Amino acid sequence: MSFNTVTSSFKVTRRRRSPLMEAVRLGLIAGAALVAFALIGAYSAMDKRAVIEGTVTLSQLASLLIVFAAGHVAARDARSGTSAALLNAVVAGLVAGACLSVLVWLIMAVNLRTTLVAASPALAKALSLGARIASLEALAQLPLIGAASALVGALVGRLPAGAGKAALTGLAAVITAGLFRDVFASMLERLPDLTGPDHEVFGSAGLNPGAAVALFFLAAAFALVRDRLALKRGGVPRSGLSRPGLVLLIAGVVLLPLVTNDFVAQVAMLVALYMLMGMGLNIELGLAGLVDLGFVAFFAVGAYTVALLCSSGPLAIADVSFWVALPVAIVLAAVAGMIFGLPVLRVRGDYLAMATLGLGEIIRVLVLSDALSPYLGGSQGIIEIDHPRLFGWELKSPVALYYLALVLAGVVAFVSLRLQNAKIGRAWLAMREDEDVAQALGIDPVASKLLAYTIGAAFAGAAGAVFAALIGSVYPHSFQLLVSINVLAILVIGGLGSLPGVLVGAIVLIGLPELLREFGEFRYLFYGIALVAMMHVRAEGLWPAAYAKEGVHAS
Amino acid sequence: MSETARSATEPGVFAEWLRRSTWVDFILLAIRIGVAALVLVGLAGGLAAGTYSAADFVSFTMFGLTIGSIYALIALGYTMVYGILRMINFAHGDVMMVGSFAGLFAAGGLNDAGVLGAFPLLALPLVLAAGMAAGALVSIAIERIAYRPFLHVRSLAPLICAIGMSFILQYAARGLFGTRNRAYPGFGWMEGTVSFAGLTIPIPQVVAFVAALIVLAGLLAVVRLTRLGKAMRAVAEDRDAAALVGIDVTAVIVATFAIGGAMAGVAGVLYALVFKQITVFMGFFLGVKGFAAAILGGIGNLGGALLGGLVLGLAEALGPALILEGYHLPAPYQLKDVIGYGMLVMILIFRPQGLLGERLAAKRA
Repeated sequence: MSFNTVTSSFKVTRRRRSPLMEAVRLGLIAGAALVAFALIGAYSAMDKRAVIEGTVTLSQLASLLIVFAAGHVAARDARSGTSAALLNAVVAGLVAGACLSVLVWLIMAVNLRTTLVAASPALAKALSLGARIASLEALAQLPLIGAASALVGALVGRLPAGAGKAALTGLAAVITAGLFRDVFASMLERLPDLTGPDHEVFGSAGLNPGAAVALFFLAAAFALVRDRLALKRGGVPRSGLSRPGLVLLIAGVVLLPLVTNDFVAQVAMLVALYMLMGMGLNIELGLAGLVDLGFVAFFAVGAYTVALLCSSGPLAIADVSFWVALPVAIVLAAVAGMIFGLPVLRVRGDYLAMATLGLGEIIRVLVLSDALSPYLGGSQGIIEIDHPRLFGWELKSPVALYYLALVLAGVVAFVSLRLQNAKIGRAWLAMREDEDVAQALGIDPVASKLLAYTIGAAFAGAAGAVFAALIGSVYPHSFQLLVSINVLAILVIGGLGSLPGVLVGAIVLIGLPELLREFGEFRYLFYGIALVAMMHVRAEGLWPAAYAKEGVHAS
Repeated sequence: MSETARSATEPGVFAEWLRRSTWVDFILLAIRIGVAALVLVGLAGGLAAGTYSAADFVSFTMFGLTIGSIYALIALGYTMVYGILRMINFAHGDVMMVGSFAGLFAAGGLNDAGVLGAFPLLALPLVLAAGMAAGALVSIAIERIAYRPFLHVRSLAPLICAIGMSFILQYAARGLFGTRNRAYPGFGWMEGTVSFAGLTIPIPQVVAFVAALIVLAGLLAVVRLTRLGKAMRAVAEDRDAAALVGIDVTAVIVATFAIGGAMAGVAGVLYALVFKQITVFMGFFLGVKGFAAAILGGIGNLGGALLGGLVLGLAEALGPALILEGYHLPAPYQLKDVIGYGMLVMILIFRPQGLLGERLAAKRA
């Protein structure tokens, strides 16, 4: 299309404002983000959780980071000198903080609660940071804090490259340790050789201030040393993960539950389960380019098969071992995929998304209905599903079930990898890029799409089977459209068509929100923002597939 | 297989069809026959069972027309955006939800200001206007964030962005407005029923139906008679050619999203008036139904959206009583959505061009 520049005014019409106006604009954007953060109730919910004991709460940290980022961006403008850049950052921070001050004042002056449920005096109190609610002092301190935070953000950006990176690494280490206190504290508990008890590093909710400062400098020093070493070896400091990174990640995934508590193991189990599903959808969406929003239906088929075959409850039609039921579940899910796939696969693109969404919802409504409840339990579900047994040993603890899910995920990953590099995998890729050309080259679109759909459904069935064994009961409630969207988001965040991407996506989207319980309520909002942001900033995903990288470099 | 088929010299439509079809076509034909048989057997059984009286069916029909006109309003947004961008606005259902909430808060504000008590008849247009304004604004935001940056890239990005926007709208609204159901005010004069030719119909249903028809007529007038409408039709026909003759394509796309969003806002308010309760999650699946209506009528076709909405509404209202009752299922109304989604899937598979669409859909989809 040679008229692109004519019709797309997105980049063309954006006027360059003066630096100061740009700073004010950035400040307003950050301020809007802060106000939105407060008004959706996230501020109050996350204020209860300390990141650094007695100093910074999660919501304060999030707000500071927003302004920090605004300051960083405001100072990045290459046209201005250092002092002007810092001034810009301060202006942006002041404006952003002032937006919050206005909010606090509004909450106390006008009753907004009939419309906005979160705009309560409690929020105003939390935002007044200990000062008298909505007093002049409380209102004045917010812009000042904002300016300070933005200034720090600008300074980090203006530091020499090595020092700036070290500072960011230190900050990231402190934040990570504070956020995932449960994981790290539970690991420390397992290390008897450590001299001090763990409560010196971690308080009841977050890091202790002393430990935070120490950790910051440790991590910063580590980053500096690593960069020096890399320079000495003659290479440029690398960014991103590669083969050693992958090995480290896999080692962590395998060993993690052994060194932490049951809760973390449970979360890890969930991550492994979503990895299974993610790899299934990866075949459909990542390789063959089929947008499937009814994916959860196959998950449900797998789960209900195991439930019906392994339950000791009244609805069971058999009481066999999980190992017998698992292949049956996989085969049934594959058959369901084939039956669904045949008619639907002639539909393309957006239409396919809607058609599969409709199919998934039909299944859910049917399972939930009274008409089928004598067979599937309706909204009561099926309970008392036996745990799998292995050599007379019942897999009951979260750790054991985690390894079960992990082994299955490993098998599925191996199968996916082989498929991806096989002839059919290349046929899928060709079809994803251009269906008409692929057909002209002799690829049968219906057959290869159907195969992708069937294999994806089989993987989802395996995930469903494990899910039923893990939870011990199945309810229609567990098979909502949200599950399909979760899996889709995992793929998009991790990188379409990339197997390590599925792992990364599942950890980021399933693991982290579970570990950050305060965050749980807002996870879908975060998913939405993450989907949009990924498409704008890094459409190839966090860990792109090899061919996606090629595409990016070629263009 | 094709060799043997080609050697058959017997001319005729059936032989020609047999020669050209593959095994997939046979399975599709089997599905068609199966579904038709399912519907016919159910219909016969439902009529024979005679659970419902004629008056029941009349009231079902009235309800179907009401909800159908709301579906039609939602379908307009899909159909207009699809006509121009060849893409589905996945977040469109949530635009409707936002419009509904805007109407709720406008009604609350009017009540506080005393307008509701003093001029109860004036309140409805004002509340509708609030819903339209909110719907248009949100829709413009969606266009700006999810569609414009990807206007010239053929990828999944707009679809995924729109799914993301849908979630942002739902869960931001959940945080802002709370999770509980909100009761919608009834403006006093809207309580009760009207009797007309022996039928008794709740007033909100009449209002919703009439308002939907008026808004639709207004929209048709805009598209057929104004300069903007002409530009919209031109862009839908060929975006690049439209740009060449001096049409501001971006502005036309924005206007299309705004109008579609306003229609969804009206639908949100009308839906709330009929059902009296709204939640932040109601938009998504109503959006899917609206999409089904748009497809049913023939996407890109404004009259088709109206027809599709009414047909879908009637099918959902009458289907459980007519067809599912024939199978003696317990609580057939639980399966009302199965009929709606089933129609969506069937149309996508067997007649993607819809009832009124004439162009080949495979090219556009």
